[in-house]
Amino acid sequence: MSIRRFALAALASAIFAGPVAAAETLLNVSYDPTRELYSEFNAAFNKHWQAQGNEAITIQQSHGGSGKQARAVIDGLRADVVTLALAGDIDELYKLGKLIPENWQERLPQSSTPYTSTIVFLVRKGNPEGIKDWDDLVKPGVEVITPNPKTSGGARWNFLAAWAYAQQKYGSEEKAQEFVEKLYKNVPVLDTGARGSTITFVNNQIGDVLLAWENEAFLALKEEGGDNFEIVAPSLSILAEPPVAVVDENVDKKGTRKVAEAYLNYLYSDEGQRLAAKHFYRPRNQAIAGEFAKQFPELKLVTIDKDFNGWKTAQPKFFNDGGVFDQIYQAQ
Amino acid sequence: MSSVTLSASASANAARRGNVLGRRLLIISAWLVFVLFLVLPLFIVLSEALKHGFGTFFGAIFEPDAISALKLTLLAVGISVPLNLVFGVAAAWCVSKYEFRGKSILVTLIDLPFSVSPVIAGLIYVLLFGAQGFFGPWLREHDIQIIFALPGIVLATVFVTVPFVARELIPLMQEQGTQEEEAARLLGANGWQMFWHVTLPNIKWGLIYGVVLCTARAMGEFGAVSVVSGHIRGYTNTLPLHVEILYNEYNHVAAFSVASLLLLLAVFILLLKQWSESRINRLKASAGEE
Amino acid sequence: MSRRTSPVIPGFGLTLGYTLVYLSLLVLIPLGAMFVHAAQLTWAEFWAIISAPRVLAALKLSFATAFAAAVINGIIGTLLAWTLVRYTFPGRKVIEAMIDLPFALPTAVAGIALTALYAPSGLVGQFATDLGFKIAYTPIGITLALTFVTLPFVVRTIQPVLADIPREVEEAAACLGAKPLQVFRHVLLPALLPAWLTGFSLAFARGVGEYGSVIFIAGNMPMKTEILPLLIMVKLDQYDYTGATAIGVLMLVVSFILLLLINLLQRQIAKS
Repeated sequence: MSIRRFALAALASAIFAGPVAAAETLLNVSYDPTRELYSEFNAAFNKHWQAQGNEAITIQQSHGGSGKQARAVIDGLRADVVTLALAGDIDELYKLGKLIPENWQERLPQSSTPYTSTIVFLVRKGNPEGIKDWDDLVKPGVEVITPNPKTSGGARWNFLAAWAYAQQKYGSEEKAQEFVEKLYKNVPVLDTGARGSTITFVNNQIGDVLLAWENEAFLALKEEGGDNFEIVAPSLSILAEPPVAVVDENVDKKGTRKVAEAYLNYLYSDEGQRLAAKHFYRPRNQAIAGEFAKQFPELKLVTIDKDFNGWKTAQPKFFNDGGVFDQIYQAQ
Repeated sequence: MSSVTLSASASANAARRGNVLGRRLLIISAWLVFVLFLVLPLFIVLSEALKHGFGTFFGAIFEPDAISALKLTLLAVGISVPLNLVFGVAAAWCVSKYEFRGKSILVTLIDLPFSVSPVIAGLIYVLLFGAQGFFGPWLREHDIQIIFALPGIVLATVFVTVPFVARELIPLMQEQGTQEEEAARLLGANGWQMFWHVTLPNIKWGLIYGVVLCTARAMGEFGAVSVVSGHIRGYTNTLPLHVEILYNEYNHVAAFSVASLLLLLAVFILLLKQWSESRINRLKASAGEE
Repeated sequence: MSRRTSPVIPGFGLTLGYTLVYLSLLVLIPLGAMFVHAAQLTWAEFWAIISAPRVLAALKLSFATAFAAAVINGIIGTLLAWTLVRYTFPGRKVIEAMIDLPFALPTAVAGIALTALYAPSGLVGQFATDLGFKIAYTPIGITLALTFVTLPFVVRTIQPVLADIPREVEEAAACLGAKPLQVFRHVLLPALLPAWLTGFSLAFARGVGEYGSVIFIAGNMPMKTEILPLLIMVKLDQYDYTGATAIGVLMLVVSFILLLLINLLQRQIAKS
């Protein structure tokens, strides 16, 4: 009997002591490599928010593959703000869920992208394979690690960067497709997310070169002490723009619009920009970007909007079923 | 050692002697499978967890997010296991005590969750209760959250552990037959009395065995829960999901520490199961002597 | 065997009713939702999805590796069960207790641990590399993970049956001059087959659907090492719910038919 009573008491206490919501909570649904950035940014914003005479808020974080996270929000995860890997995923919040207006990207400065990044190479110390540029990745015997563009936002930036390089260098789409086909032949593992690829390369020591977000590459260097890897910047890459948005439907229901908007705006403030740079994202604010100029190499960058006509064109052309990526694998 | 066993039956000695070699081989290969398949993964998890000593190990386990993940896991287990316990007894009862048409379909249906991919197990609840799902609009109107909250996690856990108790009880109750219950009825016991005083004592240890397996599986479920959890740190992360998150945060030692916590819980549960099983065997043996 | 219907024992309506309601609410209606969702497709569209080269490749891979794992478990599991039931030896109880570990271990933890072991730089993987072949990121790695996850099924279904076969039966056969193999074929096999089939089919069905432990070690290359459940995830991540449910329906129907066939086969064997 006493065991049963104990079990009941334990169950009851677990129910009541379970996660109790504070007065106001804000849920930021984000993608994989931003964990470290947002845990520091959340604390900074909370301080700023209280300094303005507001009550402290609880900021919750959720991280995962960008597409998966967007889908969770569409399926009813009550995100107040989303901070995802690419505009295409946030577009779906309008298309499938009608959670935000179509023109969401015009509501904040710089197409709602407070920080940017790019795609670089991470190679093993001393660069034993002598990898300097994209052409070195298609050489026979070089193992390239990149995630699956079907499931990972970062992988789509990788793919497009390689495509843009080949198209500019070799002059045609056919040549570009041949090039990426050769490149993906050198890929031994396609992880489902960017972080998964980093772990495959860094911890399981598979492959000669990792295609990674610049911030992810820097973070890997920092976490691993920088003794085993180095970063190589290719001659041409892509401006990776991870945008942010307030989820209107949810904030209006929860009454959190004011704090959600303040939260995103704070990303554009000097402190927000400095935090982004500290976590190896390129700040949009030129003055602050200048402070960190030493950290980020100068790169020739193409953009999704100018060179690929935006995600609305690029996504179906390259990554949907039957798109270029599928053709590459079915040709093999 | 072998001589003790051999003395059991003199007539079979000759036949057995030829088998000594085969027997040694079998025992060695059992050990080999055990070490290669079960011990090595355990060893990897524990050694990674203790790479930086016990300090970091306990630090990772007592970290607030890990504690809240543990609480959520225990809560989900605490709700789903009793549900499946009652179901298992009821299902085993009607399957083992009666003959009826469609029984093999019913048994197959009970087994079905074993063979449904965890991914599908999560997906079906999203299709039902997600914002775009069948009940989505209604739920939203009434401000009820099922997926990406505790109810969804419990549903997914229940789904994957439905068969465990029933699976354990059905063969046991079939073997026991119905004479004892019939006798109780003839002596004037009503249905509940018969169940409490005759059936339950008979199936007690099988029941515990089933519950133990069910608990172990419920604690460790990853795929299905991952689809319906929403991954909100400190709120809707169960322990297995927390392991994945830590692993993805370059926090390998912490990930393996929390994993070994789960592992130790699992081993503890399996020892409990072993104990209940030895009780079953003893009961069977004493029943055989009668 | 007293498996007859007994009018004296109450509770048929109650327990059957409860079982059906519970199963319907938690298993059948949710699974039905998937069928309803997939029913938005015409047959031609459904066929186009499940006959796409990538889906077919994944289908072949998932069923082939799950089958291989089930066969391996059918052999190893039988030997293990035999050893555990028939012999007393040091450590028997420990092995006995730990057989269920793969059930209890979170699949993601299993996946991470197995990858750490069998990746080319891992504890075991490096030996394979020296010998010139790869385990992780190949179908071998997938089969290995599936064998691990489904190990308990065959052992656990065979054990009670083996324990019930009196040792004397084999001994008698042996005394009458039967060779060990003959004993196995004529005495043990018929008695073990139904349970073995159950264990085999459960392991097979579970293996086809397994996700958490496999994705870490699989490599996930389209057309080569991409399993069906991952393909469902891929479809979902492209917001293609109908495509995902179509593959889900396919997997479910195949599993159900398989389980039902095995149940029927068992009855047949039990009758004969």
